[in-house]
Amino acid sequence: MATTEQRDKEEQVDVKTDDGSPKIKSRPIVQLGIFLISHSPVFSVVFSAAGVLALLLLPLLAKNTYISENALMPGSARSMLSNRDVSDGSKLVNNIKNFRLNHEGQGVEVQRLIGKYMSEMGAEVYYQKFHPEGNQFHPLHFFSGPDSDTLLGNVSCASYGVNVAGIIRAPRGDGKESIVLVTPYDSINGGNYEALSLGIASSLFSLLARVTWLSKDIIWLVADSRYGDYRPVAAWLSEYHTPSFKASNLVKCDGVNTSDSFRRAGTMAAALVLKVDGRSERFEDTLSIYAEASNGQMPNLDLINVVNYLAVHREGFYVKVEKVVSLLSSSWLKIVGEIFEAVGKVAHKLNPDWNFSIPAADYLEGSATLASSLYSQALGIPTGPHGAFRDYQVDAITLKVSPRFPPDSKARQHDFFLRGAQLLEGTIRSVNNLLEKFHQSFFLYLLTSSSKFISVGVYMIAFALLVAPLPMVAASLYIDGCNAHTKSTHNPAENLKSWKWLGAAKQVFALHLLGFIVTLLPYIICQVPGQHSPTNRSIMWATTSSSLLLITSVTIPGCSPFSSRLHGTNWAVLKSVTISAAFIGLCLMSIINFATAEIGALLLVPMCLIVRPLRTDLRSGRVKSLLRALCSMVLVTIGFPVMFFAISRGLTGKGLVGLSLGGEFWTWLESLWAWKSATYLYIGMVHLPCWLLCLCILFSPS
Amino acid sequence: MARLVLSLITVLILQSLLVTIAFEVEEFSEELLLKPLPDRKVLAHFHFENRAPPSNSHGLHHHLFPKAISQLVQKFRVKEMELSFTQGRWNHEHWGGFDPLSSMNAKPVGVELWAVFDVPQSEVDTSWKNLTHALSGLFCASINFLESSASYAAPTWGFGVNSDKLRYGSLPREAVCTENLTPWLKLLPCRDKDGISALMNRPSVYRGFYHSQRLHLSTVESGEEGLGSGIKLEQTLTVVLKPDTISGAENMQPSWSLSTLFGRNVVGRCVLAKSSNVYLQLEGLPSDERKNLDPEMEAEKLWKNAEFELSLKPDRILQEINSFLYMFDIDKSSDREPFDLGLTWKLPSKWSCQQAPLHSSRFLMGSGNERGAIAILLKATESQEKVSGEDLTNGRCTIKANIFQIFPWYVKVYYHTLQIFVDQQEKTGSEVLKKINVSPSTDKVSSGMMEMMLELPCEVKSAAIYIEYDKGFLHIDEYPPDANQGFDIPSALISFPNHHASLDFNEELSKSPILSKFKEKSLVRSYTEVLLVPLTTPDFSMPYNVITITCTVFALYFGSLLNVLRRRIGEEERFLKSQAGKKTGKLKQLLLRLKAKITGKPVEEAPSSSSTEPPEARSSFLSSKLLFKIILVAGAAAAWQYFSTDK
Repeated sequence: MATTEQRDKEEQVDVKTDDGSPKIKSRPIVQLGIFLISHSPVFSVVFSAAGVLALLLLPLLAKNTYISENALMPGSARSMLSNRDVSDGSKLVNNIKNFRLNHEGQGVEVQRLIGKYMSEMGAEVYYQKFHPEGNQFHPLHFFSGPDSDTLLGNVSCASYGVNVAGIIRAPRGDGKESIVLVTPYDSINGGNYEALSLGIASSLFSLLARVTWLSKDIIWLVADSRYGDYRPVAAWLSEYHTPSFKASNLVKCDGVNTSDSFRRAGTMAAALVLKVDGRSERFEDTLSIYAEASNGQMPNLDLINVVNYLAVHREGFYVKVEKVVSLLSSSWLKIVGEIFEAVGKVAHKLNPDWNFSIPAADYLEGSATLASSLYSQALGIPTGPHGAFRDYQVDAITLKVSPRFPPDSKARQHDFFLRGAQLLEGTIRSVNNLLEKFHQSFFLYLLTSSSKFISVGVYMIAFALLVAPLPMVAASLYIDGCNAHTKSTHNPAENLKSWKWLGAAKQVFALHLLGFIVTLLPYIICQVPGQHSPTNRSIMWATTSSSLLLITSVTIPGCSPFSSRLHGTNWAVLKSVTISAAFIGLCLMSIINFATAEIGALLLVPMCLIVRPLRTDLRSGRVKSLLRALCSMVLVTIGFPVMFFAISRGLTGKGLVGLSLGGEFWTWLESLWAWKSATYLYIGMVHLPCWLLCLCILFSPS
Repeated sequence: MARLVLSLITVLILQSLLVTIAFEVEEFSEELLLKPLPDRKVLAHFHFENRAPPSNSHGLHHHLFPKAISQLVQKFRVKEMELSFTQGRWNHEHWGGFDPLSSMNAKPVGVELWAVFDVPQSEVDTSWKNLTHALSGLFCASINFLESSASYAAPTWGFGVNSDKLRYGSLPREAVCTENLTPWLKLLPCRDKDGISALMNRPSVYRGFYHSQRLHLSTVESGEEGLGSGIKLEQTLTVVLKPDTISGAENMQPSWSLSTLFGRNVVGRCVLAKSSNVYLQLEGLPSDERKNLDPEMEAEKLWKNAEFELSLKPDRILQEINSFLYMFDIDKSSDREPFDLGLTWKLPSKWSCQQAPLHSSRFLMGSGNERGAIAILLKATESQEKVSGEDLTNGRCTIKANIFQIFPWYVKVYYHTLQIFVDQQEKTGSEVLKKINVSPSTDKVSSGMMEMMLELPCEVKSAAIYIEYDKGFLHIDEYPPDANQGFDIPSALISFPNHHASLDFNEELSKSPILSKFKEKSLVRSYTEVLLVPLTTPDFSMPYNVITITCTVFALYFGSLLNVLRRRIGEEERFLKSQAGKKTGKLKQLLLRLKAKITGKPVEEAPSSSSTEPPEARSSFLSSKLLFKIILVAGAAAAWQYFSTDK
């Protein structure tokens, strides 16, 4: 890219310099490049608008999902679940309820009870103790895999959770692969609904213990969700994949004896997390599918397809995917949807083959789901315990079932267990059919409903259009800057060959370095002894960062936004280099986590494009200039990460002002790095430096 | 006939007097051992033995012995060989790990083949390759994949058979099916038409939880000059079946009979067999019964008591330390009165099988497509027999364990990362490692192999062996058709050289091959799980993409090269200079041209550039033709669009 730009510039220069001599006709591609660069303001507006439009169009472009892997064959076999299996499940639920009524606060005993049931069904049962503490932020381990040795240190017996797992060995299987079923259950505070998930799972388990078609082993993990849903599953997985052979203090704690019996069942083919919570608001039982894992990774689309197909067509669940509820009532989106509908209808009249129109209500639903999908992926925090599996390349989803009856209704419970277990049976049977691991369908997609998706080929267009103006504007600004320089120095001989971009690059590099240091600061702040509130920590962070910024602006000339003169660099060149850096950063981020890059581009691209020195705009006093100055002021304000965080919080109805905002922001960032989200790195190392540079340009003197 | 009898007598005399293993007549015997297992399943072990005596006619003619096998032995000079086809996993916890049955018949999933050859060292590999191909044809299995040097290994001592002419290979992914059983049955004189093998009803045999079909052959040196060697062929089929239970009490063992287990009956012996017996082994019965004095009453009580009842009266009852063996001769059965042995439990009964001193499990560690680790976990079992095999060297009680593993070359094991933990304490090699033999793998040529002998203290609770590896990259055409499944690491073999399993029934039963086999001390061994390593798989449409991109690059390269070669810049500049003389603006020129087109007159050129007039006129003429063509094509396209959408 850079080389072609360079060539473009040289060609341009040739054309310009040879004023007297005849013009050499350059190649069409070069001409096109020159044309684009010379009209960059128009094109940048057009491309950015097209990018936003393409993003809005995405719900229209969503395709229906389909089962890509033929071996899955969902729903082709009749369910073998009998009433006896279901009554087994009901029995377990009743027993647990009775037990909890009689024994208060006896956590481990409930696990024992579940374990007893499992072994009666013919499973190999074991218990696993884990420590509820999560991962700490460590900059060096940011992208590295799970590490078991970090937790070996000071482990106390005061609080630990106990997972129960049962394994059914496939009668004729070779034990190379397994399917995992997880039911998080809090044995102390868990409500009655939560116990229902155990009922479904044990109905299923009772069936699977006697079927002959299994080719993969089945693991049922009852995760102790006293300390959250995610942590027990992550602890179990880490013990499964990276056990420590050294002695752990946890083993010595009394309670269940877990010292020796951790069992494994080969490579995991897929995992399903089942949760039952709350009562369904609709007439049908509701099934919510959660799929986003850390850093926007998604499980194979086929897994979602199988569950969705079985739930909708076989069991009659109402299947939904998480959506941003506030968008459903937004009027502007509704208007957009109506416009698209009208356009679609007109197009349909013109050519009956053009069938892209969807009703405005569907559009609204689709875009609300899409927004939620984008947001969850961008945040990089898994939406459920299934996220832990993705770290080990296991496809997993969380199924949250809401029954339509109150938890104590016995009559409905049987039917509910039957249908829930049949759904899981069908899914497990499909996965069991697989010879290879999931690979056939998409991994990069956004969901607009449980049965509609947008593949990477479509959604990349919006991003590409959004970032396309950046290199154009960078090239045009560079040429402008060079020309201005040439005019001021009157030395045409060394106009472009000179290294005048080097000064700007130095400045950009210095600010990126600053961003890198600021990113690492929280680790050092966390090491500060003593207990600090998040607010205090954020204040520490802010003061250190701004003092670092001051030091930078003092030591490196040209970095200060308020210095009176710039050493040989004018703002155009600086902006050009800034835009190039932003472009590279966004493109890199789009590979790591597309959703972050998309949202980042929405913030960063207009800000980078519009920003100009305030002084010149104000001095000129024209309406256009004043408007531009106002726009850039607004965009730069929004572009500040803390500000954007506050605004997004305000939009979701949680207004925060002052210092509490800092604390809130700190906890939010803490959650980002605790989940090893690349979004944190993006904010610190791409967004923040670019924002600072924009600030520099905004207050630059010329 | 008389001669046969005579030779039989000579055999007996020879056996009793000279105690040699040489025999003169081909013998075949069929036996079936049934054994209820603690987890409500039943084990059926078919044992067929076929012996060919040493003869100087080079075995060209046989009465009973399968010719295919004897030719195999002679052609490839096989000294000893074992081939097994297995489906399902042996459950060491419930089905036992310390008896001859499990140590010989618990085999790894898929196909396992090992052979010792009687050829010079340099010819061993050739013989092995030929043997795999011959067996592949004989048993309808892809044993020929063991031919490639990357799939087999030459264990020296870790395997249990100490020979430098031993080759070992296994195919974990081989599916076992009736097409493997049929050729195996063809080797029997009565096939599955008569005798015990008639029980092998395919659906019931393959419905089982474990199915292992084994063929073991060994040559017996006659020791005499001029005579060849005899061959002993042992064919066993071990199946674990679950009897269909009419749901009785919860903890009651299921009752069964041969007909309910197999869906068939034995209606008579194979007439060619020297002996055809059925044994029933019951483990864990209360042993105080033998204190009773009355032998008649006692015998009756042993097979018909308050706890269980057999449907037939056993011909003999044999005792071992904690198990009983009931022997039945199926000679008496006929079409009218088929041999249908049944066992009916009357009281709930519980027992446990003898365990190997250490229970082993193997698993993969780590995540990602780059590297990982293999760990073997050894855990102490509650075994009373542990004491018997202990080695009291240097006054220290130790258990020895041999571990033999093969690593395919794409699992690049770093042997220096070997770590051994005993009771959760890291140990150095010299503390616990007695012997180790490593042969590293060569990419695409040979697989890696590791044999190690651990010496663990007797009171060990658990031991772990950990070794790291890198995942290799395969060439695109080395991937199997189902590449995304992952790749298998064959089972590791854990054997305990100081522990030997044997069942001694205190009887001189040299004529029963299965019992003499049990009497032999066999090495206690167990196979670990097969591991599945997910390797990076390329996008298999990648070659297409590569071809497309390469072609594009080539096209661009050659296009610009040709452009450079044939373009004359000097000429072009001269032409441009002459053009520049006209000083007509671009827009004006365009308008002029348009006007010329409308009026149909050639463009009026400036007098100075009269030389360029004719080509200019021609070009204008051409362009109007071109315009016409474009309009024609556009019209055709519009018409096509119109008609196609109409349909």
